[in-house]
Amino acid sequence: MREIQVSEITKAVRDLCIEANYYLNEDIKNAFLKASDEEEFKLAKDIMDILIKNAEIAANENMPMCQDTGMTVVFIDLGQDVHIVGGNLNDAINEGVRKGYIEGYLRKSVVGDPIERINTKDNTPAVIYTNIVEGDRIKITVVPKGFGSENMSQLKMLKPADGIEGVKKFVLKVVKEAGPNPCPPIIVGVGIGGTFDYSAYLAKKALLRSIDKRNSNTFYAKLEEELLDSINKLGIGPQGFGGRTTALAVNVEAFATHIAGLPVAVNISCHATRHAEIEF
Amino acid sequence: MSKKITTPLTMEQINNLKAGDSVLLTGYVYTARDAAHKRLVDLINQGKELPFDIEGQVIYYVGPTPAKEGQPIGSAGPTTSYRMDSYTPALLEKGLKGMIGKGKRGAEVVESIKKNGAVYFAAIGGAAALTAKCVKQSELVAYEDLGAEAIRRLYVEDLPLVVVIDSQGNNYYEIGQREYIELTNNSRSQEIK
Repeated sequence: MREIQVSEITKAVRDLCIEANYYLNEDIKNAFLKASDEEEFKLAKDIMDILIKNAEIAANENMPMCQDTGMTVVFIDLGQDVHIVGGNLNDAINEGVRKGYIEGYLRKSVVGDPIERINTKDNTPAVIYTNIVEGDRIKITVVPKGFGSENMSQLKMLKPADGIEGVKKFVLKVVKEAGPNPCPPIIVGVGIGGTFDYSAYLAKKALLRSIDKRNSNTFYAKLEEELLDSINKLGIGPQGFGGRTTALAVNVEAFATHIAGLPVAVNISCHATRHAEIEF
Repeated sequence: MSKKITTPLTMEQINNLKAGDSVLLTGYVYTARDAAHKRLVDLINQGKELPFDIEGQVIYYVGPTPAKEGQPIGSAGPTTSYRMDSYTPALLEKGLKGMIGKGKRGAEVVESIKKNGAVYFAAIGGAAALTAKCVKQSELVAYEDLGAEAIRRLYVEDLPLVVVIDSQGNNYYEIGQREYIELTNNSRSQEIK
Protein backbone atom coordinates (compact mmCIF):
# COMPACT_ATOMS: atom_id res chain seq x y z
CA MET A 1 0.00 0.00 0.00
CA ARG A 2 1.33 3.42 -0.99
CA GLU A 3 1.99 5.78 1.88
CA ILE A 4 1.40 9.53 1.63
CA GLN A 5 2.59 11.85 4.39
CA VAL A 6 0.05 14.40 5.64
CA SER A 7 2.71 17.09 5.25
CA GLU A 8 2.52 16.60 1.45
CA ILE A 9 -1.23 17.16 1.57
CA THR A 10 -0.85 20.31 3.66
CA LYS A 11 1.73 21.72 1.24
CA ALA A 12 -0.47 20.92 -1.79
CA VAL A 13 -3.58 22.53 -0.25
CA ARG A 14 -1.61 25.64 0.72
CA ASP A 15 -0.33 26.10 -2.82
CA LEU A 16 -3.72 25.38 -4.41
CA CYS A 17 -5.48 28.01 -2.24
CA ILE A 18 -3.08 30.66 -3.51
CA GLU A 19 -3.02 29.46 -7.11
CA ALA A 20 -6.80 29.36 -7.38
CA ASN A 21 -7.17 32.92 -6.09
CA TYR A 22 -4.40 34.54 -8.16
CA TYR A 23 -4.76 32.89 -11.56
CA LEU A 24 -7.88 32.70 -13.69
CA ASN A 25 -8.37 29.38 -15.46
CA GLU A 26 -7.85 29.28 -19.24
CA ASP A 27 -11.41 28.16 -20.03
CA ILE A 28 -12.85 31.24 -18.30
CA LYS A 29 -10.26 33.57 -19.83
CA ASN A 30 -11.21 32.32 -23.31
CA ALA A 31 -14.90 32.81 -22.51
CA PHE A 32 -14.19 36.44 -21.48
CA LEU A 33 -12.48 37.11 -24.82
CA LYS A 34 -15.35 35.55 -26.77
CA ALA A 35 -17.92 37.52 -24.74
CA SER A 36 -16.08 40.78 -25.35
CA ASP A 37 -16.34 40.14 -29.11
CA GLU A 38 -20.02 39.24 -28.99
CA GLU A 39 -21.39 42.01 -26.79
CA GLU A 40 -23.50 44.57 -28.66
CA PHE A 41 -23.64 47.12 -25.82
CA LYS A 42 -20.57 49.29 -25.27
CA LEU A 43 -20.80 49.15 -21.47
CA ALA A 44 -21.19 45.35 -21.56
CA LYS A 45 -18.13 45.04 -23.79
CA ASP A 46 -16.16 47.49 -21.61
CA ILE A 47 -16.92 45.38 -18.55
CA MET A 48 -15.67 42.20 -20.21
CA ASP A 49 -12.46 44.06 -21.08
CA ILE A 50 -12.14 45.27 -17.47
CA LEU A 51 -12.47 41.67 -16.24
CA ILE A 52 -9.74 40.54 -18.66
CA LYS A 53 -7.47 43.35 -17.46
CA ASN A 54 -8.24 42.54 -13.82
CA ALA A 55 -7.21 38.90 -14.33
CA GLU A 56 -3.96 40.06 -15.95
CA ILE A 57 -3.11 42.40 -13.06
CA ALA A 58 -3.90 39.67 -10.50
CA ALA A 59 -1.66 37.13 -12.26
CA ASN A 60 1.21 39.55 -12.93
CA GLU A 61 1.26 41.02 -9.45
CA ASN A 62 0.37 37.88 -7.49
CA MET A 63 -2.76 39.22 -5.89
CA PRO A 64 -6.29 37.83 -5.55
CA MET A 65 -8.46 38.59 -8.60
CA CYS A 66 -11.42 39.08 -6.21
CA GLN A 67 -11.33 40.31 -2.61
CA ASP A 68 -13.78 37.57 -1.66
CA THR A 69 -11.30 34.73 -1.54
CA GLY A 70 -14.17 32.56 -0.42
CA MET A 71 -14.94 29.79 1.96
CA THR A 72 -12.61 26.96 0.98
CA VAL A 73 -14.27 23.85 -0.42
CA VAL A 74 -11.92 20.90 -0.88
CA PHE A 75 -12.71 17.84 -2.97
CA ILE A 76 -10.53 14.78 -2.34
CA ASP A 77 -10.44 11.74 -4.59
CA LEU A 78 -8.62 9.25 -2.40
CA GLY A 79 -7.33 6.03 -3.93
CA GLN A 80 -8.36 3.01 -1.86
CA ASP A 81 -4.75 1.77 -1.94
CA VAL A 82 -3.41 4.90 -0.26
CA HIS A 83 -2.42 4.97 3.38
CA ILE A 84 -2.29 8.48 4.84
CA VAL A 85 0.47 8.62 7.47
CA GLY A 86 1.75 11.13 9.99
CA GLY A 87 -1.60 12.53 11.06
CA ASN A 88 -5.25 13.08 10.26
CA LEU A 89 -6.34 13.89 6.67
CA ASN A 90 -8.87 16.59 7.62
CA ASP A 91 -6.40 18.30 9.98
CA ALA A 92 -3.79 18.27 7.20
CA ILE A 93 -6.22 19.92 4.77
CA ASN A 94 -7.20 22.60 7.30
CA GLU A 95 -3.54 23.28 8.05
CA GLY A 96 -3.01 23.81 4.30
CA VAL A 97 -5.92 26.25 4.17
CA ARG A 98 -4.54 28.12 7.21
CA LYS A 99 -1.09 28.46 5.63
CA GLY A 100 -2.43 29.35 2.19
CA TYR A 101 -4.73 32.09 3.45
CA ILE A 102 -2.16 33.65 5.78
CA GLU A 103 0.93 33.35 3.56
CA GLY A 104 -0.97 34.23 0.36
CA TYR A 105 -2.52 37.41 1.80
CA LEU A 106 -6.00 36.03 1.17
CA ARG A 107 -9.05 37.33 3.03
CA LYS A 108 -10.16 35.34 6.05
CA SER A 109 -13.90 35.20 5.58
CA VAL A 110 -14.97 32.32 7.81
CA VAL A 111 -16.80 32.72 11.14
CA GLY A 112 -16.60 29.83 13.61
CA ASP A 113 -20.29 29.73 14.40
CA PRO A 114 -23.07 30.92 12.06
CA ILE A 115 -24.93 32.76 14.84
CA GLU A 116 -22.11 33.89 17.13
CA ARG A 117 -20.10 35.02 14.06
CA ILE A 118 -16.55 35.32 15.36
CA ASN A 119 -13.93 35.20 12.61
CA THR A 120 -11.58 32.21 12.90
CA LYS A 121 -8.85 34.44 11.37
CA ASP A 122 -7.37 31.67 9.21
CA ASN A 123 -10.32 30.78 6.92
CA THR A 124 -10.73 27.36 8.55
CA PRO A 125 -12.55 25.09 8.70
CA ALA A 126 -12.79 24.09 5.06
CA VAL A 127 -15.81 22.23 3.70
CA ILE A 128 -14.32 18.85 2.76
CA TYR A 129 -15.77 16.17 0.48
CA THR A 130 -13.89 12.89 0.37
CA ASN A 131 -14.57 10.36 -2.35
CA ILE A 132 -12.92 6.92 -2.33
CA VAL A 133 -11.75 5.84 -5.79
CA GLU A 134 -9.65 3.00 -7.25
CA GLY A 135 -5.87 3.13 -7.29
CA ASP A 136 -3.07 4.52 -5.15
CA ARG A 137 -3.24 8.21 -5.95
CA ILE A 138 -4.84 11.24 -4.36
CA LYS A 139 -6.44 14.11 -6.28
CA ILE A 140 -7.03 17.36 -4.42
CA THR A 141 -9.23 20.12 -5.85
CA VAL A 142 -9.50 23.42 -4.01
CA VAL A 143 -12.51 25.62 -4.71
CA PRO A 144 -12.53 29.04 -2.99
CA LYS A 145 -16.26 29.86 -3.11
CA GLY A 146 -17.29 33.49 -2.88
CA PHE A 147 -20.57 34.17 -1.13
CA GLY A 148 -21.95 36.95 -3.34
CA SER A 149 -22.89 34.15 -5.69
CA GLU A 150 -23.29 31.39 -3.09
CA ASN A 151 -26.05 33.44 -1.44
CA MET A 152 -28.01 33.47 -4.72
CA SER A 153 -28.10 29.66 -4.95
CA GLN A 154 -31.33 27.71 -4.39
CA LEU A 155 -32.63 24.17 -4.04
CA LYS A 156 -36.08 22.78 -4.75
CA MET A 157 -37.73 19.41 -4.39
CA LEU A 158 -39.74 19.20 -7.62
CA LYS A 159 -42.44 16.60 -8.27
CA PRO A 160 -41.63 13.85 -10.79
CA ALA A 161 -44.51 15.26 -12.87
CA ASP A 162 -42.64 18.58 -13.18
CA GLY A 163 -40.07 16.77 -15.35
CA ILE A 164 -37.46 18.47 -17.47
CA GLU A 165 -39.69 21.52 -18.07
CA GLY A 166 -39.91 22.03 -14.31
CA VAL A 167 -36.13 21.84 -14.04
CA LYS A 168 -35.64 24.45 -16.79
CA LYS A 169 -38.22 26.77 -15.25
CA PHE A 170 -36.57 26.56 -11.83
CA VAL A 171 -33.04 27.21 -13.14
CA LEU A 172 -34.25 30.29 -15.04
CA LYS A 173 -36.16 31.56 -12.00
CA VAL A 174 -33.04 31.30 -9.81
CA VAL A 175 -30.86 33.15 -12.33
CA LYS A 176 -33.50 35.84 -12.84
CA GLU A 177 -33.91 36.42 -9.11
CA ALA A 178 -30.13 36.62 -8.67
CA GLY A 179 -29.95 39.35 -11.35
CA PRO A 180 -26.89 41.56 -10.93
CA ASN A 181 -26.04 40.36 -7.39
CA PRO A 182 -23.72 37.38 -8.07
CA CYS A 183 -21.34 39.31 -10.38
CA PRO A 184 -22.45 38.16 -13.82
CA PRO A 185 -21.33 36.72 -16.16
CA ILE A 186 -21.96 33.69 -13.98
CA ILE A 187 -21.34 29.97 -14.21
CA VAL A 188 -24.42 27.96 -13.28
CA GLY A 189 -23.91 24.60 -11.57
CA VAL A 190 -27.03 22.41 -11.65
CA GLY A 191 -27.44 19.19 -9.68
CA ILE A 192 -30.41 16.97 -10.57
CA GLY A 193 -31.42 13.85 -8.64
CA GLY A 194 -30.04 12.02 -5.62
CA THR A 195 -31.45 13.27 -2.32
CA PHE A 196 -32.03 16.79 -0.94
CA ASP A 197 -28.38 17.14 0.13
CA TYR A 198 -26.84 15.17 -2.72
CA SER A 199 -28.38 17.43 -5.39
CA ALA A 200 -26.59 20.39 -3.77
CA TYR A 201 -23.34 18.43 -3.77
CA LEU A 202 -23.83 17.65 -7.47
CA ALA A 203 -24.45 21.34 -8.24
CA LYS A 204 -21.21 22.27 -6.49
CA LYS A 205 -19.35 19.45 -8.25
CA ALA A 206 -20.70 20.65 -11.61
CA LEU A 207 -18.76 23.90 -11.08
CA LEU A 208 -15.48 21.93 -11.10
CA ARG A 209 -15.90 20.90 -14.72
CA SER A 210 -14.15 23.07 -17.30
CA ILE A 211 -16.76 25.34 -18.90
CA ASP A 212 -15.77 24.31 -22.41
CA LYS A 213 -16.62 20.65 -21.70
CA ARG A 214 -20.23 19.56 -21.99
CA ASN A 215 -21.80 16.70 -20.03
CA SER A 216 -20.76 13.33 -21.51
CA ASN A 217 -24.44 12.33 -21.68
CA THR A 218 -25.92 13.88 -24.87
CA PHE A 219 -29.29 14.59 -23.23
CA TYR A 220 -27.68 16.64 -20.46
CA ALA A 221 -25.20 18.22 -22.89
CA LYS A 222 -28.17 19.50 -24.90
CA LEU A 223 -29.89 20.70 -21.72
CA GLU A 224 -26.75 22.67 -20.79
CA GLU A 225 -26.72 24.42 -24.15
CA GLU A 226 -30.43 25.11 -24.09
CA LEU A 227 -30.31 26.56 -20.58
CA LEU A 228 -27.33 28.76 -21.45
CA ASP A 229 -29.20 30.11 -24.45
CA SER A 230 -32.35 30.87 -22.42
CA ILE A 231 -30.32 32.51 -19.63
CA ASN A 232 -28.48 34.75 -22.08
CA LYS A 233 -31.81 35.90 -23.54
CA LEU A 234 -32.80 37.35 -20.15
CA GLY A 235 -30.66 40.42 -20.94
CA ILE A 236 -29.14 40.74 -17.43
CA GLY A 237 -25.69 41.05 -18.98
CA PRO A 238 -22.24 41.63 -17.44
CA GLN A 239 -22.70 43.12 -13.93
CA GLY A 240 -26.44 43.35 -14.61
CA PHE A 241 -26.13 46.47 -16.78
CA GLY A 242 -27.81 44.77 -19.75
CA GLY A 243 -26.20 42.65 -22.43
CA ARG A 244 -25.87 39.20 -23.85
CA THR A 245 -23.38 37.59 -21.47
CA THR A 246 -25.36 36.75 -18.35
CA ALA A 247 -23.76 33.30 -18.04
CA LEU A 248 -20.61 31.82 -19.51
CA ALA A 249 -21.76 28.24 -19.05
CA VAL A 250 -24.29 25.92 -17.46
CA ASN A 251 -22.81 22.69 -16.11
CA VAL A 252 -25.28 19.95 -15.17
CA GLU A 253 -24.61 16.81 -13.13
CA ALA A 254 -27.31 14.18 -12.65
CA PHE A 255 -27.69 11.11 -10.42
CA ALA A 256 -30.25 8.41 -9.70
CA THR A 257 -33.15 9.40 -7.47
CA HIS A 258 -36.28 8.05 -5.73
CA ILE A 259 -39.59 7.24 -7.50
CA ALA A 260 -41.27 10.02 -5.50
CA GLY A 261 -38.83 12.86 -6.05
CA LEU A 262 -36.95 15.21 -8.35
CA PRO A 263 -34.45 17.29 -6.36
CA VAL A 264 -32.86 20.21 -8.25
CA ALA A 265 -30.11 22.42 -6.89
CA VAL A 266 -28.71 25.50 -8.57
CA ASN A 267 -25.30 26.64 -7.33
CA ILE A 268 -24.39 29.98 -8.84
CA SER A 269 -20.79 31.02 -9.24
CA CYS A 270 -19.45 34.42 -10.25
CA HIS A 271 -17.22 35.18 -13.25
CA ALA A 272 -14.22 34.55 -10.99
CA THR A 273 -15.11 30.86 -10.72
CA ARG A 274 -11.97 29.45 -9.23
CA HIS A 275 -10.53 26.02 -8.73
CA ALA A 276 -7.10 24.47 -8.79
CA GLU A 277 -6.18 20.80 -8.59
CA ILE A 278 -3.26 18.45 -8.26
CA GLU A 279 -2.89 14.68 -8.40
CA PHE A 280 -0.01 12.76 -6.91
CA MET B 1 -17.05 59.62 -21.51
CA SER B 2 -16.80 59.34 -17.74
CA LYS B 3 -17.93 62.13 -15.42
CA LYS B 4 -15.34 63.10 -12.80
CA ILE B 5 -16.60 63.62 -9.25
CA THR B 6 -14.93 64.31 -5.91
CA THR B 7 -15.96 63.64 -2.32
CA PRO B 8 -17.58 64.92 -0.17
CA LEU B 9 -20.49 64.93 -2.62
CA THR B 10 -22.35 68.22 -3.09
CA MET B 11 -26.01 68.46 -4.14
CA GLU B 12 -24.80 70.00 -7.40
CA GLN B 13 -22.72 66.90 -8.19
CA ILE B 14 -25.53 64.56 -7.12
CA ASN B 15 -28.16 66.30 -9.25
CA ASN B 16 -25.83 66.07 -12.23
CA LEU B 17 -25.56 62.26 -12.01
CA LYS B 18 -27.99 60.11 -13.98
CA ALA B 19 -28.55 56.34 -13.89
CA GLY B 20 -26.18 54.73 -16.41
CA ASP B 21 -23.45 57.39 -16.16
CA SER B 22 -19.89 56.15 -16.00
CA VAL B 23 -18.07 58.00 -13.24
CA LEU B 24 -14.49 58.38 -11.99
CA LEU B 25 -14.47 59.18 -8.27
CA THR B 26 -11.57 60.87 -6.49
CA GLY B 27 -11.34 61.62 -2.77
CA TYR B 28 -11.98 59.93 0.56
CA VAL B 29 -14.47 57.07 0.95
CA TYR B 30 -15.25 55.01 4.05
CA THR B 31 -15.31 51.22 3.99
CA ALA B 32 -18.07 49.41 5.87
CA ARG B 33 -19.95 46.18 5.42
CA ASP B 34 -22.32 43.93 7.38
CA ALA B 35 -20.91 43.97 10.93
CA ALA B 36 -19.74 47.61 10.78
CA HIS B 37 -23.17 48.72 9.55
CA LYS B 38 -24.81 46.98 12.47
CA ARG B 39 -22.58 48.86 14.91
CA LEU B 40 -23.15 52.24 13.20
CA VAL B 41 -26.91 51.85 13.33
CA ASP B 42 -26.76 50.67 16.96
CA LEU B 43 -24.95 53.95 17.78
CA ILE B 44 -27.62 55.99 15.96
CA ASN B 45 -30.39 54.14 17.83
CA GLN B 46 -28.66 54.88 21.12
CA GLY B 47 -28.32 58.56 20.18
CA LYS B 48 -24.51 58.37 20.19
CA GLU B 49 -21.93 59.95 17.85
CA LEU B 50 -20.68 58.00 14.83
CA PRO B 51 -16.91 57.30 14.64
CA PHE B 52 -16.63 59.66 11.63
CA ASP B 53 -18.55 62.65 10.28
CA ILE B 54 -20.90 61.08 7.73
CA GLU B 55 -22.29 64.32 6.20
CA GLY B 56 -21.78 64.30 2.43
CA GLN B 57 -19.67 61.15 2.60
CA VAL B 58 -19.60 57.97 0.56
CA ILE B 59 -19.49 54.45 1.98
CA TYR B 60 -17.83 51.70 -0.04
CA TYR B 61 -19.14 48.20 0.74
CA VAL B 62 -15.83 46.37 0.68
CA GLY B 63 -13.89 43.84 2.72
CA PRO B 64 -10.40 44.01 1.21
CA THR B 65 -7.76 41.29 1.29
CA PRO B 66 -4.74 42.04 3.56
CA ALA B 67 -2.23 44.53 2.14
CA LYS B 68 1.21 43.24 1.23
CA GLU B 69 4.15 45.19 2.58
CA GLY B 70 4.49 48.61 0.97
CA GLN B 71 0.98 48.60 -0.45
CA PRO B 72 -1.98 50.58 0.98
CA ILE B 73 -4.49 47.78 0.45
CA GLY B 74 -5.02 44.30 -1.02
CA SER B 75 -7.66 43.42 -3.59
CA ALA B 76 -10.73 45.56 -2.99
CA GLY B 77 -13.84 44.95 -5.10
CA PRO B 78 -17.41 45.64 -3.93
CA THR B 79 -19.53 43.24 -1.90
CA THR B 80 -23.25 42.64 -2.56
CA SER B 81 -25.22 45.65 -1.31
CA TYR B 82 -28.63 44.23 -0.40
CA ARG B 83 -27.23 42.87 2.86
CA MET B 84 -26.80 46.47 4.03
CA ASP B 85 -30.39 47.47 3.07
CA SER B 86 -31.87 47.27 6.56
CA TYR B 87 -29.24 49.73 7.85
CA THR B 88 -29.03 52.14 4.90
CA PRO B 89 -32.04 54.47 5.43
CA ALA B 90 -30.82 55.38 8.95
CA LEU B 91 -27.41 56.35 7.54
CA LEU B 92 -28.95 58.37 4.69
CA GLU B 93 -31.02 60.26 7.28
CA LYS B 94 -27.74 61.12 9.02
CA GLY B 95 -26.30 62.72 5.89
CA LEU B 96 -24.68 59.87 3.94
CA LYS B 97 -24.76 60.89 0.25
CA GLY B 98 -23.30 57.98 -1.67
CA MET B 99 -22.90 54.22 -1.53
CA ILE B 100 -20.67 52.00 -3.63
CA GLY B 101 -21.48 48.31 -3.96
CA LYS B 102 -22.96 45.90 -6.44
CA GLY B 103 -26.40 44.44 -7.04
CA LYS B 104 -30.00 45.33 -6.32
CA ARG B 105 -31.36 47.53 -3.51
CA GLY B 106 -34.71 47.19 -1.75
CA ALA B 107 -37.66 49.53 -2.30
CA GLU B 108 -37.14 51.28 1.06
CA VAL B 109 -33.55 52.12 0.16
CA VAL B 110 -34.60 53.54 -3.23
CA GLU B 111 -37.24 55.69 -1.48
CA SER B 112 -34.68 56.91 1.03
CA ILE B 113 -32.19 57.73 -1.76
CA LYS B 114 -34.87 59.88 -3.41
CA LYS B 115 -35.98 61.50 -0.17
CA ASN B 116 -32.46 62.38 1.00
CA GLY B 117 -30.96 63.20 -2.40
CA ALA B 118 -28.27 60.54 -2.54
CA VAL B 119 -26.84 58.22 -5.17
CA TYR B 120 -26.00 54.50 -5.41
CA PHE B 121 -22.99 53.52 -7.47
CA ALA B 122 -21.83 50.09 -8.61
CA ALA B 123 -18.16 49.26 -8.75
CA ILE B 124 -17.24 46.36 -11.03
CA GLY B 125 -17.85 43.22 -8.98
CA GLY B 126 -14.85 40.92 -8.84
CA ALA B 127 -12.47 43.37 -10.53
CA ALA B 128 -10.70 43.67 -7.20
CA ALA B 129 -7.07 43.70 -8.35
CA LEU B 130 -7.79 46.54 -10.75
CA THR B 131 -9.79 48.47 -8.15
CA ALA B 132 -6.91 48.19 -5.66
CA LYS B 133 -4.80 50.24 -8.10
CA CYS B 134 -7.09 53.23 -7.48
CA VAL B 135 -6.59 53.13 -3.71
CA LYS B 136 -3.69 55.38 -2.76
CA GLN B 137 -4.02 55.49 1.03
CA SER B 138 -5.83 53.53 3.70
CA GLU B 139 -6.18 54.23 7.41
CA LEU B 140 -8.15 52.48 10.12
CA VAL B 141 -11.04 54.55 11.51
CA ALA B 142 -12.89 52.11 13.79
CA TYR B 143 -13.64 48.50 14.72
CA GLU B 144 -10.21 46.94 14.16
CA ASP B 145 -11.53 43.76 15.79
CA LEU B 146 -13.76 43.22 12.74
CA GLY B 147 -10.73 42.50 10.54
CA ALA B 148 -11.78 42.70 6.88
CA GLU B 149 -15.02 44.36 8.01
CA ALA B 150 -13.38 47.24 9.93
CA ILE B 151 -14.11 50.85 8.93
CA ARG B 152 -11.23 52.34 6.95
CA ARG B 153 -10.83 55.70 5.27
CA LEU B 154 -9.49 55.21 1.75
CA TYR B 155 -8.15 57.86 -0.57
CA VAL B 156 -9.07 56.81 -4.10
CA GLU B 157 -8.15 58.29 -7.45
CA ASP B 158 -10.34 57.84 -10.51
CA LEU B 159 -12.24 54.88 -9.08
CA PRO B 160 -14.41 53.63 -12.00
CA LEU B 161 -18.11 53.42 -11.08
CA VAL B 162 -21.49 53.28 -12.76
CA VAL B 163 -24.49 55.21 -11.39
CA VAL B 164 -27.16 52.57 -10.73
CA ILE B 165 -29.76 54.56 -8.75
CA ASP B 166 -29.74 58.32 -9.18
CA SER B 167 -31.31 60.90 -6.87
CA GLN B 168 -34.56 60.70 -8.88
CA GLY B 169 -34.81 56.97 -8.21
CA ASN B 170 -34.05 55.85 -11.79
CA ASN B 171 -32.57 52.36 -11.71
CA TYR B 172 -29.97 51.44 -14.31
CA TYR B 173 -30.28 47.68 -13.74
CA GLU B 174 -33.86 47.96 -15.01
CA ILE B 175 -33.09 50.44 -17.80
CA GLY B 176 -30.03 48.62 -19.19
CA GLN B 177 -31.68 45.21 -19.24
CA ARG B 178 -34.84 46.59 -20.84
CA GLU B 179 -32.80 48.35 -23.54
CA TYR B 180 -30.93 45.14 -24.32
CA ILE B 181 -34.13 43.14 -24.67
CA GLU B 182 -35.66 45.83 -26.89
CA LEU B 183 -32.54 45.82 -29.05
CA THR B 184 -32.61 42.04 -29.53
CA ASN B 185 -36.38 42.04 -30.15
CA ASN B 186 -35.95 44.73 -32.83
CA SER B 187 -33.15 42.88 -34.57
CA ARG B 188 -35.21 39.67 -34.46
CA SER B 189 -38.29 41.36 -35.95
CA GLN B 190 -36.10 42.90 -38.67
CA GLU B 191 -34.79 39.44 -39.54
CA ILE B 192 -38.39 38.23 -39.91
CA LYS B 193 -39.23 41.09 -42.29
